Amino acid sequence: MNNRVANWFRFASPQNFYPLAGRLWPLFAMLGSVLAAVGLWMSFFVAPTDAQQGEGYRIIFIHVPVSWMSMFIYLVMAAWAGLGLVFNTRLSGMMATALAPTGALCAFLSLWTGALWGKPMWGAWWVWDARLTSELILLFLYLGFMALQAAIDDPRRADKAGAVLALVGVVNVPIIYFSVKWWNTLHQGASVSLTRSPSMATTMLWGMLIMSLAIWMYAIAVALARVRCIILERERHADWVRHAVE
Amino acid sequence: MQWNSASEFFAMGGYGLYVWGSFGVTVLALVIEVWLIRRRRAAALQAIRDEHGDGASAAR
Repeated sequence: MNNRVANWFRFASPQNFYPLAGRLWPLFAMLGSVLAAVGLWMSFFVAPTDAQQGEGYRIIFIHVPVSWMSMFIYLVMAAWAGLGLVFNTRLSGMMATALAPTGALCAFLSLWTGALWGKPMWGAWWVWDARLTSELILLFLYLGFMALQAAIDDPRRADKAGAVLALVGVVNVPIIYFSVKWWNTLHQGASVSLTRSPSMATTMLWGMLIMSLAIWMYAIAVALARVRCIILERERHADWVRHAVE
Repeated sequence: MQWNSASEFFAMGGYGLYVWGSFGVTVLALVIEVWLIRRRRAAALQAIRDEHGDGASAAR
């Protein structure tokens, strides 16, 4: 095996990943804070008032980022879970476990901010619409993953069972994303698309993108900090752990 | 900038409850998540100290 590959695999061991994650999470936390400050400033002071929705549309600057992240974190979680099944590496399962609570939080916030946006604009906190229902299913997938893992005592078996659930649930992510195209829905279509120019003012778009990056960096920082806790919990019998905390 | 006063800013053109309800709960949720992780780390470190039976030498 050549050196570069060997170096990457080195970090697949919890013992080597623990200090690396400890050095990385403050960097991501700092990046996230700076981006959030810029993003919030753009959301409230630079982006103009919307012609149709007045100031109420500003919910977009938090709703779209948490919704994107709820789907993206699920894909990353499922990818780690799949890696764990294929290569049987311990760290992969730990990463999947570390991502689930943050993903669940984003899914919840997506529904919460959506309800607060739906009430003044549609006149309803909730409708059983394809987009909203599939996002609710995503929240239940996260909660199911966490409950399943919590119910199994042996962490390696919990990782495997959770991984199967996470991989089966992946089918829901494209359903959420394309639901506004596939079904007749109250929810508006995608505001940002790769194939056409965005249907919003440039400053609105930038505010949304910077807020998304901020939440992304936050999610990475939190997942790394949480995986360090998981490593300590699972490896507490190991000698290196005692030396690491001394 | 479109705000003439602080009260106009907080009113959000009549959508204050919805806009601040969204941003406020998000901030609260993130603060709680960070707090839970700090608590989890403290508990994990305590368990390690108990396990190795040397409460005096374990630190950080």
